Amino acid sequence: MSKIISLAEAIDRYVNDGDSIALEGFTHLIPTAASHEIIRQNKQDLTLIRMTPDLVYDLLIGAGCAKKLIFSWGGNPGVGSLHRLRDAVEKGWPKPLEIEEHSHADLANAYIAGASNLPFAVLRAYAGSDLPKVNPLIKSVTCPFTGEELAAVPSVRPDVTVIHAQKADRKGNVLLWGILGVQKEAALAAKRCIVTVEEIVDDLEAPMNSCVLPQWALTAVCHVPGGAHPSYALGYTERDNRFYQSWDPIARDRETFSAWIDEYIRGTADFGEFQAKLAAPQEGK
Amino acid sequence: MTAYNTNEMMTVAASRRLKNGAVCFVGIGLPSKAANLARLTTSPDVVLIYESGPIGCKPSVLPLSIGDGELAETADTVVPTGEIFRYWLQGGRIDIGFLGAAQVDRFGNINTTVIGDYNQPKVRLPGAGGAPEIAGSAKEVLIILKQSHRTFVDKLSFITSVGHGDGGDHRQRLGLPGAGPMAIITDLCIMEPEEGTREFVVTSLHPGITREQVVENTGWKIRFADNVAETEAPKPEELEALRALEARTAAAHGQAGGEE
Repeated sequence: MSKIISLAEAIDRYVNDGDSIALEGFTHLIPTAASHEIIRQNKQDLTLIRMTPDLVYDLLIGAGCAKKLIFSWGGNPGVGSLHRLRDAVEKGWPKPLEIEEHSHADLANAYIAGASNLPFAVLRAYAGSDLPKVNPLIKSVTCPFTGEELAAVPSVRPDVTVIHAQKADRKGNVLLWGILGVQKEAALAAKRCIVTVEEIVDDLEAPMNSCVLPQWALTAVCHVPGGAHPSYALGYTERDNRFYQSWDPIARDRETFSAWIDEYIRGTADFGEFQAKLAAPQEGK
Repeated sequence: MTAYNTNEMMTVAASRRLKNGAVCFVGIGLPSKAANLARLTTSPDVVLIYESGPIGCKPSVLPLSIGDGELAETADTVVPTGEIFRYWLQGGRIDIGFLGAAQVDRFGNINTTVIGDYNQPKVRLPGAGGAPEIAGSAKEVLIILKQSHRTFVDKLSFITSVGHGDGGDHRQRLGLPGAGPMAIITDLCIMEPEEGTREFVVTSLHPGITREQVVENTGWKIRFADNVAETEAPKPEELEALRALEARTAAAHGQAGGEE
């Protein structure tokens, strides 16, 4: 059975209401197209896991798909706030959002623990910080050898991880490079993993020791060129800094945001149509 | 002497704190700007590490995000984010953690989480990112931010990343490996922790800045060291390098970078 299917089919088959999902990618290779498809299919009550919620989760939160967010830094990089995240946390719109807050080191370790089939991660962290006071899941353990007190945090094991990568071959083996964030760990920590890719090739031509995810460790691979927009895919697309800036006024206001979602996401059939629509008015100017 | 503004003074003063060859874990925004200025002026061999994974970055323009392609493409190597935190930071290989902040208190504790009550926030800030562990494990920490009543506060709503805690030997009691913040560099002055109490006191005023201005823009009763120096004004070559960096960044991104 081919792993290579359409994104709509992958989201329909493998993302269920109430799932915990991790759309990972640290500034680079953010799987935005997948979030659009989740909104189109109106998936509900999702627990969203991501180190940096970024625009990709601002979308899902504002569209009402999320009940909980697990994260470690929630801003619009280089611009300011994520207004939909803030509105949900501060005012409960469009629905209350439970948050579970960590640090980057904690979540990175938690993904590694998840991929390692361990129940928790151990790290030297949080001494003197107030975060453990507001997140009861941040606990401590005593080293059985030295007696040192260390932080213990539950591993992250999402029902579904979605990542974006540069290349897949026709069997569905995936190659990614550049800033890798926690994508490999998130992919291997999850019960199911969907990968969207820029390009499908005959031969990955992967250098030895490069980051390859073998097809048998993945659930589905989808060809979605540009699917990381407005983040980037090194070697394929550039970061659309202007979109990050233009997101600020779109997301700042509930009505503007809802109108944008209705027009650009719910009003388009797939990511290709979204891209065409996004490009169209710019050409007219 | 070339005319300059207080933001330029802040960035230049911060850049001078990075010794050549120091291994520096860089936050995005003002720290990144100052760290790259150091690399382009006094400290060409400073090693810049960003939490997204690149080690030894030499960007020609400032990154707008912590994971810009420019950082990866100019790095000596790019490693996974987990490795950055585990091997390089927790592993004890970072000389300087260079952080920004939304708010600091007199002991250099940092809030980037929330203003007001955590569950009923007045303002929800982005959160921790990499800062708590950078603040804990880097051998030393530098903090850069613009000074005002809103940013230099008497009591933080939330301690995201610890500085000197309650002061004195609190860090040692907490078992933190690093020495904590050794300077706060602002657009008005430089503060350093006082011997013993570890409370930040003004040790250097930028040229033309008065004590009254510093007092007015600090939310606690700021104290001054016995000997307050005058910060050396930016040298022409420092200003030239900074402005060229900002101009290249603006040309590449359509925005300046480093201002948040």
